[in-house]
Formats: sequence, structure tokens, C-alpha cells
Amino acid sequence: MGYQLDFSVLAEYFGLLLKGVGVTLGLTAIAATLGIALSIGGAATARSPLNWVRALVALYVELIRNTPFIVQLFFVFFGLPSLGLKMSALQAAVLAMTINLTAYSIEIVRAGIEAVAPGQREAGLALGIGPVSVFFWVILPQAIANVYPALVSQIVITMLESAVVSQIAVTDLTHVADFIQSRNYRTFETYFVVALVYLVLSICLRWLFARAGSRLFAGRAR
Amino acid sequence: MITLPLSDIVAYLLLAAPWTLLLSAIAFLGGGIGALLLLLWRYAQPALGGTFARLYTELLQGTPLLLQLFLVFFGLPLLGVDVSPVFAAGIALTLYSTAFLAEIWRGCVDATPRGQWDASASLGMNFLQQMWDVILPQALRIAIPPTVGFLVQLVKSTALASIVGFVELTKAGQIVANATFRSFVVYACVGLIYFVICYPLTLCARTLERKLARSR
Repeated sequence: MGYQLDFSVLAEYFGLLLKGVGVTLGLTAIAATLGIALSIGGAATARSPLNWVRALVALYVELIRNTPFIVQLFFVFFGLPSLGLKMSALQAAVLAMTINLTAYSIEIVRAGIEAVAPGQREAGLALGIGPVSVFFWVILPQAIANVYPALVSQIVITMLESAVVSQIAVTDLTHVADFIQSRNYRTFETYFVVALVYLVLSICLRWLFARAGSRLFAGRAR
Repeated sequence: MITLPLSDIVAYLLLAAPWTLLLSAIAFLGGGIGALLLLLWRYAQPALGGTFARLYTELLQGTPLLLQLFLVFFGLPLLGVDVSPVFAAGIALTLYSTAFLAEIWRGCVDATPRGQWDASASLGMNFLQQMWDVILPQALRIAIPPTVGFLVQLVKSTALASIVGFVELTKAGQIVANATFRSFVVYACVGLIYFVICYPLTLCARTLERKLARSR
């Protein structure tokens, strides 16, 4: 007779799993907020008339998009302290996730800005609105609405990729799973249940963002 | 602590890089075959195959790859299969890329005009002939740029194999960093090697995309 699956042993760890969910969602929320805010700045900068500014943003985006997240995380957590930048595992995780998400969202937001008809900007300027206000009040809302689904996907991807931060001992959901299976030796059951928790989280996140999106962009003709 | 000149560090990392490439190639080939089968099933039996494909994609794209890797690595032994880290990583990445490629290619097949199916059906072709001789050749043209783009994602994903102990580029980096205490330099080099592998693919995908856009 082979191995008997037993999921009941996980019941006593419910509270711990919930804490892990909290850390994973918290990390994602901070990285998403910072990342989207920074990427709006980045996308605006990527349209700068100065060549070297554009090149710098492009370099950042390409470097991050063409290297694995885990290497970025290790570089931040193990590499940066040698420059005197010491940080806790949690800070390193937030920093690495933000750096990563920002690079992807710069590309997304930029595509959204490019999709806004140039007449919108010209009309805003013709009404005597300043160029900065035109960007924030005319272009940006339409640009975000254009690429909202892509941004949501990117946030969900960041949440799923954050499982890797367990490797630098951040007590996220995956780290909780590592801990539980080291206690009860029910490795497969533990990881299986935690994988399902991630699945539920990503479905819920997408659903919530879709609802929020349909409210936020309700007046828009699509 | 061991003191190593930079050239030795880079040489050691370059020794491990082929394993990253090999793992990517295995996952891409396996995933390609899996995705093709899934695609055929999906169109042959829209009800059953379609539901399965949807569930499969949701499951694989809605959970972290790291946990998929753990489930294969710790789950297969329960079935009595002895797995080495490279075998587990190969299987997990194959399952993962199957989901993504099937989704990408489905979009491409859906993009071929409905009339192509009707026309080939009216010529008396059966399903496989329709797929193989009419639909897929047309879908292939638009499938290449996003497929190359996915290859970049796949190469980066192989880095997770380091966590189950397979010595590819990232694991080699960890080993050298732990031995030399020069984490900054080592992880910068690891990142650069990934960049050298991935960036040409990114550029290639972009060029192909532009060519395709112009030809329409």
C-alpha cells in the first residue's frame, strides 16, 4: 500500500496560514502602489525630449525585464549590503518587488499613453490648461483606462512571483508552507493546499479589480 | 572564504549557463508538444477539451511556479517515482509552458478567419487535415513573435530550479557568492548573463512583431 494523503493535519495551522496570506497580500499591495506610482513617472519620463533620459529609462526597463526576479531579489538582499545598504528581508522583498513591477508597468502605462488620441492633448492645451495638468487630468486617466486589465494582470503576476521571497526568509505564504511541512512532514498536502490558496487569492484579486474597474471607468465609451 | 579573481567567477558561472539553456530547451520542447496536443483537443472537442484547457490554464497561471515545482518535486516520489532535481524542474516547467503556449497559440488559431474552416470543410477535409494544412500554417505566422517573447519568460523561470537544488546559473551564483562573500559582483554577473541570453530574444520578438504588423 502506498502513501495515504491526509489533509486534516493542516487544520491546526489555519491561523498561521492566514498570517502568511496577510504578508503576501501586504507585500503585493505596497509593491503595487509604489510600482504603479513610479511607473507613471517612468512612462512620462520615457517620452522626454532628452535622449539620455529616454535611454536611461529604457536601460532600466530592459535590464529588469530580461533577468529573473529571484536574481534581482538576491542582488538586492545579498549584494546591496556590500555598498553599505543594509536592509531587513522584508524591506529587500518590497524593494525588489517594486523594482520589478515598475519596469513592467512602465511599458504598460507607456502603451496606454500612446493609445490616447493626440487631439486630447491638443484640446487640453488649446483650453489653456498647463501641460502638467493636461498630463495628469486629461491623458493619464484615459491611458490608465486603456491598459487597466494589463496592469491588473501584472499585479497578480507580482503576487504569484512573490512566493520566491520565502527564500530570503520573509514569512510570506510560501514560507509558512515551508514551516508547516517541516513540522508535520506532510509536504505534498501542505504545498497543495497553499497552491490552492494562491489560486483563490489570484481569482479574488482579479475579480475585485474587475469590479473596481467597471466602477472607475463606468462613464467611458469603450 | 575563498578569494577568486573576477575572471574565475565569470568562468564558473559560464560553465553553469548551458544548464539553464538546456532546461529552457527541454521545457520549451515539452511545452510545445503539450500545447499542440491541448490545442488539437480543444478544437476537436470544444466542450470537453475546451473545459479541460480552461481549467488547466487557470490552475497553472493562477498558482506560483515555485509551488508547482515543489508539488512535482515532492509529489512524484509519493507515486513511487524517484525524481532528481533536474527531472522535477523539467516536468514542472513543461507543465507550466504548456499552459502559456496553449493560451498564446489558441489566440492565433482564433485569429484565422472563420471562412478558412468553412472553406476547408466544404472541400471535404477532416479535422486534422483542416488543422494541419489550412489553419496552423496561417496561425504559425502570427504565433512566432509572441512565442519568442514567451521564451524569454521561460528562460527566466528556469532560475527557480535552483531552489530544488539543480545547479544552473542561479544556483551556481549562490554557490560562488557563498564561497567568496562577493555577492554584489556575483549576482550582478549572474544577472548580466541572463540578460545576454534574454535580450537578443526580446529584440528578435520585437523585430518579428514589427515585420508582421507591416505585412498586414
